[in-house]
Formats: sequence, C-alpha cells, structure tokens
Amino acid sequence: MTNQTPTTSSIMAIKQGFQLGAFVRKYMIIGILALFVIVLAIMTNGNSVQPINLVNVIRQVSAIGVIGVGMTFVIITLGIDLSVGSIVGLSAVVAASLVQVPGSSLVKFQGLDFPVWVGVLAGLAVGALAGLVNGVLIAKFRLAPFIATLGMMSIARGLAYIYTGDGRPFSDLKPEYNFIGQGYIFNDPAQPASGVPIPVLLFIAVSIAATFLLNYTKFGRYTYAIGGNEVAARVSGIRIPRMTIMIYMMSGVLAALAGIMLSARTGSGNSTLGQGIELDAITATIIGGTSFKGGVGTIWGTVVGALLIGVINNGLDLMNVSPFWQIVVKGCIIIVAIIIDERKNASKKA
Amino acid sequence: MGEYIVEMQGIVKRFPGVLALNDVQFKLRPGTVHSLMGENGAGKSTLMKILAGVYTLDEGQIFVDGKPVKIENPRDGLANGISMIHQELLFVPELTAAENIFLGREIRTKSGLVSKKAMIQAAQEVFDRWHINIDPAAQMKNLSVAQAQMVEIAKAIAFGSKIIIMDEPTSAITEREVARLHDIIRQLREAGTAIIYITHKMDEVFAISDELTVFRDGTWVATEPAAKMDRNGLISLMVGRELTQLFPKMEAEIGEVVLEVEGLNRGRQVKDVSFQVRRGEILGFAGLMGSGRTEVLETVFGIHAAESGTIKVKGKQVKIREPHQAIAAGIGLLTEDRKKTGIMGVLSVRDNMSMAAMGRFTRGGILRKAEIDRECEAQRQALALKTPSLNQQIQNLSGGNQQKVLLSRWLLTDPDILIIDEPTRGIDVGAKSEIHRLMSSLAQQGKAIIMVSSEMPEILGMSDRVVVMCEGRLVGEVSRAEATQENIMELATRFSDESAIA
Repeated sequence: MTNQTPTTSSIMAIKQGFQLGAFVRKYMIIGILALFVIVLAIMTNGNSVQPINLVNVIRQVSAIGVIGVGMTFVIITLGIDLSVGSIVGLSAVVAASLVQVPGSSLVKFQGLDFPVWVGVLAGLAVGALAGLVNGVLIAKFRLAPFIATLGMMSIARGLAYIYTGDGRPFSDLKPEYNFIGQGYIFNDPAQPASGVPIPVLLFIAVSIAATFLLNYTKFGRYTYAIGGNEVAARVSGIRIPRMTIMIYMMSGVLAALAGIMLSARTGSGNSTLGQGIELDAITATIIGGTSFKGGVGTIWGTVVGALLIGVINNGLDLMNVSPFWQIVVKGCIIIVAIIIDERKNASKKA
Repeated sequence: MGEYIVEMQGIVKRFPGVLALNDVQFKLRPGTVHSLMGENGAGKSTLMKILAGVYTLDEGQIFVDGKPVKIENPRDGLANGISMIHQELLFVPELTAAENIFLGREIRTKSGLVSKKAMIQAAQEVFDRWHINIDPAAQMKNLSVAQAQMVEIAKAIAFGSKIIIMDEPTSAITEREVARLHDIIRQLREAGTAIIYITHKMDEVFAISDELTVFRDGTWVATEPAAKMDRNGLISLMVGRELTQLFPKMEAEIGEVVLEVEGLNRGRQVKDVSFQVRRGEILGFAGLMGSGRTEVLETVFGIHAAESGTIKVKGKQVKIREPHQAIAAGIGLLTEDRKKTGIMGVLSVRDNMSMAAMGRFTRGGILRKAEIDRECEAQRQALALKTPSLNQQIQNLSGGNQQKVLLSRWLLTDPDILIIDEPTRGIDVGAKSEIHRLMSSLAQQGKAIIMVSSEMPEILGMSDRVVVMCEGRLVGEVSRAEATQENIMELATRFSDESAIA
C-alpha cells in the first residue's frame, strides 16, 4: 500500500488539472457568445443589446434552434438529417393550406373550413411521416443517413412545389395561426408587441423538453449509446431500428414545427420556405459541441450555438455588412467548430 | 555509451486523468530480445509508443546509440531505426504484401512511375533471406493474421530498422505460428537487431528473452537477465504481491439445467451444435481460433440469427433473434472484442455499466438516477474498479478496468446465464485473477457460466466441464477431472478429411 500512495496522489492532482481543462472546453461556447455580444455592443454603440433587438435575435433563431434540437439527437447517434429544410417547406404549405380564411379566391380547399389545430396537426404529421421514411430507410434498408435524407430533401421539396400547384404561396391565413409566429405572451396589455414572442416560447419549451429527454430518460441514454458504439449498444439490448426511426421522426416533427412557426411569422405558406436552414441547424449543433464522431452533445450547447448564429447575423446586419458576407462568415464558423471538435477528439485518443 | 542501443531516462507521460508513466527508465542492448512485462495499464505499451513516435513524451530523454534524439512522430522513429509492430496490425488490405512493405517509399521506374515488379522482387528477396513463405503479390486482405505479421516484420527489416518493437504479437495466432515467429526473432537477434517484446504470456517470455523489464502502475520496477528470473518471481514483481492461486475456481453446487441448445445451425461456423449448462456450473468452450466457439454463443445470444435449432431457458423454449430477446430471457454476453463490441468509448463509466439494465433503472422511461448511482458505486467497490469517478470516459481506463465495467454491465442485469468470451484477453495478471474469482463466486450464487477461452490454463483451471469445437461442430466434451491439455488439443484438431487435404 505504501508505495502506491504517491502514484495515487499524483493521479488525483492530474485529474483535477484535467477537470479544469474539461470545464473550460465544455463552457467555452458560452464565453464566445458573451464575447461576441460585448464586441458587437461596443461596435454598435449599444444598439445590439437593446432588449427589443435581443428579443428579435432570439426570435430569428427560434426556428433554427428548434430544428437544431432535433439535429442534436440525430448527430449524437452519428447520423445527419439534410431533409429538415425541405420538411419546413412541405409542412408549411400543408399547414397553411388548411388554415386559410375561407372566401378568398386563392384558397386551396374551397368551401372547407378547418379549425386551426387541424392545420397545425397536419403540418406536424407531414414532418413525422417524412421522418418515418428517413428512419426506415436508414434502419431497415441500411442506407447511410446522408444518402437517405439527401433523397428526402429532394422529395419533400418537390412535393411542396407540387402541392402549391402554380407555385404561389398560400396566404390570407387565419389570425389564430399567424399568432404562432407573430404573437406574444406575458406582454404588457398596453403594448401588444412586448413580452415573450410565441416562437421564442416554443423554442424554450422544446429545449427544456429535449434536455429532459436526453438527460433523464432511457431514450436519452440509448441515444448516446448508439452514437458511442452502435454494435455495443445492440449487444446491450438496445433495439437500434426502433430508436433510429424515433429519432428521425422527432427531427422531422421539430422541422415541421419550425415550418409552422416560420409560415405563421410571414403569414403565408411558401414552398421555398426553409431552403438552406438545415445548414444553419447543423452549424448550431456542431458549434454547440455535439461531435460528428458521435456519442457526445448537449441541448444547451445547441441552444447557445443557435444564439451565436443569431448574434453574429444581427451584428453584421447592424454594421451594414452585405448578407453575402454573412454566408461566408457562417462557413468560416462551421469550419472552426469542426476543427475544435477534431482536436478535442485527438486529445482524448492520445 | 556503446553498451546500449537505446536508453530512455526519466520518461513522464500524462493522459487525461492518468499519469501513465512516472519517471521511467529503459535500456536496450543491441542484438538482444528484451521483454516488457507488467499488468495492463502498467505503461509498457505507452513507453514503446513513445519510443516509436506514436506518442510524444512530456518529460525525459531518449538516446539512440548514445546520442540524444527527439522522436516526435513515427517518421522520426523510423529515421532512428525504430519500427513498431502494433497489436492491431495496420496495413492497407487492398494492396499487396509488397506494396505494403514499400508503402510511402515506393520503388519507382526512371520515368517516376511506381514499379510493382521491382517492389515484388525486392519483397521476395527479403522473404527469401528470412525464410518467410508468403507470396509478395498476394493482397493483404487474403493473408492470415500471422502472415500479415510476417509482412510487417519484413517491412521493418526492409526499412533497415535496428530496433523492432512487437506489441503482443502472439495474442491472435496459433501455437505453430508462435514457434515460427520466435524462429524469425532469433534470426533477427543473431543478425544484431534488438527486439522489444511485449506480452502477457509467461511461457513465451522465458522461451525467448535475454532480458526482462517489469513495470507497475506507470513506474519502472526492475530490469533483470531472463535467466535469473522465474515465473513466480516475475509475477510477484508485476503485481507487487504473491499470487497464491491463479485460477481460484471454488466449489459450487451444481443444480438444474438452465440453458439447453439443440441442433443450432448457422452457415459454416455453427453446425448442428447442442449443449446444456446447469446452475452453478462453468462450461468451458475450447477450440482453435475460427472453430466457431464465438459464433455459436453469439448465435445463442441473437447477435446472428440462427438458421435452425431450439434454445430453452429454464425448460421453456425461447425465440431469440435479437440480443434484447436474449437479455429478456436472462442471458448476458460479455463479448470477445472489448473495443469493437463492448465499450462505448466516449460514454461515462456509469453509462457503460448501466446500459444493459436500463429497464430496471427506469420507471415509465424516466431514469432513477439515485438508484443508478447507488448500484454502480456498489459494483465499483465490489470489483475494486480503478477509476477517478463514475463520470470518467471509459476509454481512459486500462483494459482490465474496462473489462470490469463490462462485467458489471451484465451483473446489473442479474442474468441466469452469463456467457463470457475471452474473459481475460489482454488484461493483466492481477485483474485476471480478480475476474476469475468473480466468475467462481457467480457460479456459487447459482448462475450458469459459459466461458470461451483460447488460454488452455484458463480452460483447465476454471471449467467444470469443457466442450471442444472444431470447424463449426461440437466435437467432444470432457469433464473437469479428465480434462488435460492433450485431450482437448486432440479434439480441437479433429478436422474432417476434406479440410485436412485443403
């Protein structure tokens, strides 16, 4: 025992040093977000930190964040879902077509008047169905997630165009539906446009529910296990096909929710809605610390990642930087995030 | 300084959570075989990976031929005449043996094109000189493990390496192939090459080494001429304590039959296999590699679907097409390949431990975290698991400790039947005897244990009954009393006539 003591204590010392490093690595993203907020506040003379602007920023990234939450589950299991942007478009047009104010000549279903919840549910069901197909292709037909969802990306977008027929968006939506995108809660009655926007509320609710799911349920543990080692997970009794299908369905439903939020925000269901948003969601997930190597990731990381994207876009807006440059900046951010992910993994293996 | 070809002094290497090497020294004489011994996690492989440039050292000095050198990557290692043959062989399976030997320094024609012909010829020359009987034009993927190993050795020789490190070269090859490997090692030694040999197999150490260096817990313990050491002395240096018994199989009351397998078939690896196991019994599955031992048990567990056959658990026929059905029937399987099919590397020790028993640890799908912590902590103490915390990523633990976590994973499911494939492969002597003790006490608690092992002493020491497989068939059964190395080997090599000709 005596000659073990120095070894043990030195192990403990190193352990503590390591944990400090891990702590820094783990919460670095929050520091980066804070840094960006401060820098932009200085550069915009404080305009960027006005409460109205901050709420706007969060509202703008709510859809990205909601999709990113689903994407986090997918990427933790070593998957990817490229179809979410198209699911946004398809669910938006389906939902919008069912919630148009009757009477107008542009109404898809002439003479029919559904309650708003039917439209919302139909939109979510479209997302679930697309996710189900993704999941079955991956779990049962053993397609690579990249391929299966790339196919679905094209299929869902095509269906959205077909559904709209002449390509004109479904407009003149019921105010109850538009409330989902434009409304507020907890507001001052004198000022209707204050308080918490509904999309932000939905983003927060989805994030909390997903955090619970990932950290406090069997489903969450199994998600990590599949990403950690799929074969070992199967040997441990996890039904991989079932889990895979559920995860892609969840991603589809959340994309559909984002589609409803975005169409309600603009008051029209447009078949081109959500183009390219899959890349924003993936970016938010990856800069939030979810590893492309699988088995690692958190919801709060993705939430912060989405906020970071919002803050940067907003800051560049306020500084009158061309939107084209914003796309370039986004590309740089995702590359840097992946480099950090790679290096984290490298240090683990050494 | 001419006495040593390599000297390593004051080597320190830290990994997340572990001090892997603490002020370690190592001296290698030219033209000798020097074995490194120690429990897993003792630091042998780490030290050698530093020498070969796979890892970089945090502190310390390396001298080659008396001159201080910096080795920061495998290229530096090669430049200093050091080659390492890894436990898991690294080669390009689609390329030929010759192309692998000259990988990265291909022989070119005058016009600058790669000359396959010249490389095959050069490889053939190396093979001829060292009596290696392999076709240099064969694709690596068609070679056996032992042949691939010979190609790696040829590669090291072709590089002109003066120092060749072999990390557990015999863990996956047959006894005859081991003898062949040792022949080559002796030839190399005569030609002046120094060989560093890492293994857990005592017999080999004494058969081949000139010198031994023992490590323990990341520290250097001793360096001695092999002739001055014996088995027990070596073990006690490695573990720092006297091991009274290596295989402490304790008497257990043998009860009723809990698992009955009949007429199990699956492809060429499982042919009409029938056997049963009783409570309190340890059933050993012996046989050569590729005889179908692992496949039979993986089929029983539902990793592969059986083509035909029945499985009865406690008298009731069960349908097992997937592992979750086997687990529900009360069966657990600790797989052979820890890294590929066992651990979830980036997940915590706690997650790895509790994963198979999640059903028990959740109510309505929601985790009972306090319960998980309590039971995992109990396992950690019962198995004397060495980890800074249950939150530690399992990939940072040593092999023996990983194996303990995986054993805990199954114990937490409280199975009636526990299948353990190679319970102690690649783990150190101390952890080995702990795992054996655990298996005994599980049998005493009335569990039926099926153990697959390639190590004869383990089979003989632990099993109440041994069944032997050859070419996918179960060729015989011997009781504990009658089992000897000879009769098991005799059964294991009962090849059918056709294959003996082929």
